[in-house]
Amino acid sequence: MSEQPILEVKNLKQYFKVSRKFTVKAVDGISFKIMPGQTYGLVGESGSGKSTTGRSIIRLYKPTDGEVIFNGKNISGQMTKEELKLLRTKMQMIFQDPMACLNPRRKVMDIIAEGLDIHKEYKTEQEREQKVYDMLELVGLSKEHANRYPHQFSGGQRQRIGIARALVMRPQLVIADEAISALDVSIQAQVVNLMKKIQKKTNTAYLFIAHDLSMVKYISDHIGVLHLGHLVETGTTDEIFNNPIHPYTKSLLSAIPEPNPRVEKTRKSQSYDYETSGIDYHKGTEHHVEGTHYVLATDEEFAQWTK
Amino acid sequence: MEQQRERILKIRNLNISFKTGNGKVNAVRGVNLDLYKGETIAIVGESGSGKSVTTKAVMGLLANNGNIDSGMIEYHWNDEYTGEPKTVDICQLSEKELQSEIRGRKIAMVFQDPMTSLNPTMTIGKQIMEPMIYHYKKSKKEAYEKALELLELVGITDAEKRMKNYPHQLSGGMRQRIVIAIALSCDPYVLICDEPTTALDVTIQAKILELIQDIQKKKQLSVIYITHDLGVVAKVADYVNVMYAGKIVETGTIDEIFYDPRHPYTWGLLSSMPDLDTDDDVLYTIPGSPPNLSHEVQGDAFAPRNEFALNIDFKEEPPMFEVPGSKSHKVASWLMHPNAPKVEMPESLKKRLQKMKEKGDAKE
Amino acid sequence: MTQSEALKKYQFQPEDFQLAQHRDALEVDQVMPARPAWKDSINLFLRNKGAVIGIICIVIITLFAIFAPMLSSWKYDDINTSIQNISPCAQHWFGTDTLGRDLWVRLWQGTRISLFVAVAAILIDVVIGVTYGMISGYFGGKVDSVMQRIQEVINSIPTLVVLTILLMVMKSNLFTIIMALAFTEWIGMSRITRAQVLKTKEEEFVLASRTLGAGSFFIIFKEILPNIYSQMIIMVMMSIPNAIFYEAYLSFVGLGLPIPEASLGTLINDGFNTLTITPYQMTIPVIVFSILMLSFNLVGDGLRDALDPTMKEM
Repeated sequence: MSEQPILEVKNLKQYFKVSRKFTVKAVDGISFKIMPGQTYGLVGESGSGKSTTGRSIIRLYKPTDGEVIFNGKNISGQMTKEELKLLRTKMQMIFQDPMACLNPRRKVMDIIAEGLDIHKEYKTEQEREQKVYDMLELVGLSKEHANRYPHQFSGGQRQRIGIARALVMRPQLVIADEAISALDVSIQAQVVNLMKKIQKKTNTAYLFIAHDLSMVKYISDHIGVLHLGHLVETGTTDEIFNNPIHPYTKSLLSAIPEPNPRVEKTRKSQSYDYETSGIDYHKGTEHHVEGTHYVLATDEEFAQWTK
Repeated sequence: MEQQRERILKIRNLNISFKTGNGKVNAVRGVNLDLYKGETIAIVGESGSGKSVTTKAVMGLLANNGNIDSGMIEYHWNDEYTGEPKTVDICQLSEKELQSEIRGRKIAMVFQDPMTSLNPTMTIGKQIMEPMIYHYKKSKKEAYEKALELLELVGITDAEKRMKNYPHQLSGGMRQRIVIAIALSCDPYVLICDEPTTALDVTIQAKILELIQDIQKKKQLSVIYITHDLGVVAKVADYVNVMYAGKIVETGTIDEIFYDPRHPYTWGLLSSMPDLDTDDDVLYTIPGSPPNLSHEVQGDAFAPRNEFALNIDFKEEPPMFEVPGSKSHKVASWLMHPNAPKVEMPESLKKRLQKMKEKGDAKE
Repeated sequence: MTQSEALKKYQFQPEDFQLAQHRDALEVDQVMPARPAWKDSINLFLRNKGAVIGIICIVIITLFAIFAPMLSSWKYDDINTSIQNISPCAQHWFGTDTLGRDLWVRLWQGTRISLFVAVAAILIDVVIGVTYGMISGYFGGKVDSVMQRIQEVINSIPTLVVLTILLMVMKSNLFTIIMALAFTEWIGMSRITRAQVLKTKEEEFVLASRTLGAGSFFIIFKEILPNIYSQMIIMVMMSIPNAIFYEAYLSFVGLGLPIPEASLGTLINDGFNTLTITPYQMTIPVIVFSILMLSFNLVGDGLRDALDPTMKEM
């Protein structure tokens, strides 16, 4: 691929100092890249650092170490005004909680137009309104919804408003931080379909953060499995699903419930416990499996898992 | 072959409404439900379909603005000493009777979020022992021993040490185990699990479900699951009730619902479930959004979202039709009427169900 | 009842069992009716009888306080020794005091001053307290630590000591009393603001604003303030009776307004001196004072219930 990645994360570390003696290493040296128009699924359990990764990239936190290169510009350190503006307009985020991610005291019109207001991206009031209406239509809502308050919408509709708010800036990368996990399964499908449709139209790249592999499969081109701040396995969606190597990936895959009672009744999920497994992520190095498929392991572990 | 099934819970024509600023909301509209001993039923539906409200009514835990307009919730049990069968209508009980007789002792509940259902200022041990001391007037020592036993039952190692922990010192999965232990502390006959795994990580979800199944077998519990996740239902349920807009629209055994669904809403639910075996580009979704129950529902509540809606669906509410050849399978849809045109489920779903069946048969 | 019996009650039309062609309608999204949040709040408020009575009392008392002195033929500082200590009668509705001043006029004049003092003091409080709490809570970190320590130091000095010193050093007039009240009350206001800001600033919609590049100014005024103003209103409503009480208290211990000004506190104080001889001189201002206090508290309670967003959920 000769194309430039839209986002490249190199050895990103994000530590939080809890007290003088104690530091939480939420993200401990992870690297990946996202191509324009593609979706990278970042999967892991709670506490694996997946949300922290997203927030470090979009600079809600200041990364402890490592580089984040967005659109060819390093955005992990001090930024110039232009770089900051690039980051704040061309990279956007969709949040998890449809109840909390919209300001309850503002109208949908103002919520969606917020980015436009901040960066003064319109000349007339009509232009602002038109842009918001276009967005509402794109996410499957109508003009009339612009003058409502968030509490008048259902969860799925609110999440679509959140998407509209992010997309109005015409971003090149959208970070979806567990954007669907708070929704009912049937509504999740709606949101995922919508995101895919928009991607086709606008060629936006997604960083899709989730704890649930089943939806990730539908939307992602590449998947990174994150555990305790380390990327334990990365590869294309097919590579991960067809040939999982790392025991943690396997346990994640085995945990996906299948809507098939006869299969599900008898199946037992595989368990994986880092502490008793004897695996030390710090000792592991990246091993190449095939294509773009890599796994974090020591030489012995790798030999054992691929046997 | 078939044993006499012992009915524990019988809900008939339950109607519940809430008074809100926007007027009266009819959250539950004529629900019928049966629960038999040792069996598991699941209530599936979107949020706002009334599935939680129904079970809250069973526990007598409706919010202050909620009201049971009509219907009954009968609870059957055998007296502990004399062994004679007894019946009580939960709707008629006073708050005091509910507290001392029903909640915890006969019916216990496991909530969605383990963090908010535990008291952060009390140790785990105290929280498990308290209901036993309250309900059964057990001595502290007895209660302590029972608590240890329960913790082991829910798969917590070094129970003695854990008894002294506070909730925030434990992981999410561990907390949910504690919540289950508390629910079991008074030996209830019925366990209601309200989205017991939604707040947990996937790897732990399966563990908790397996745990509940284990305990159910050991203690002969009847379990009601409330969930929107058909994956969970597939794993645990014997009988499934699909709920939409405050009504049960389809009920049947798990096989009937998963391999031979009849209601268009069930079709939609099954179709929209992500499945690792299929490679469709676009997931199926049910168009539109659930109805606003503060308005009177004319005809079938699902009709506006139903691509197979008949003209009558907009005028009359469909009654429960029995599916020919089955005792348990019932569907509330005019499509089941003999005069209705033959409507088949969507082709893609048919293929998918076929595949599922084959896969299931291969397993067995 | 068997199935066929159940079906008998329906009268079927021939076209009933045809597929309804309504595919275009399928995609329509339903939403709940448009209803501004404040309408719900007002409804909730009006349903609370105590609060409604409270607000009616406040309005009536305020109207009297504004217009009664203007419409009366007497003035609050007209001394007329020939009509000392007259009991309530047709000419002097509430009687006169030891100096022959008309108590009807003095009562409403006093209420006017008391209300004015309280409202002015609270407004100053809100400005200082909210600003302080906002800065402290929003910026956090070292700024917060320093500001909190300063506040703790100020708070550790007993209020009464501060007030007494302040009123003894400065001339005791309306302005000094307002300042003295403002000085003591703002800390509570700033604490509540800070707590609210700390809670709100971690909400996802504030994070969303930050990822859109919003500046601190924008976030504070557009995102945080609208979400905490209801708490502010409640706090104000609850503080006003406090301020009225404090003013009365200061007057009662002799640190209040200079003669011949009247406030509810000075009236009660004056009446107290002759309580056994002319009980009406004290009872009437006490009754007005109590009604006012009670009303503000009731309204505050009602507002808290009405504005609390958790109450709106089903």
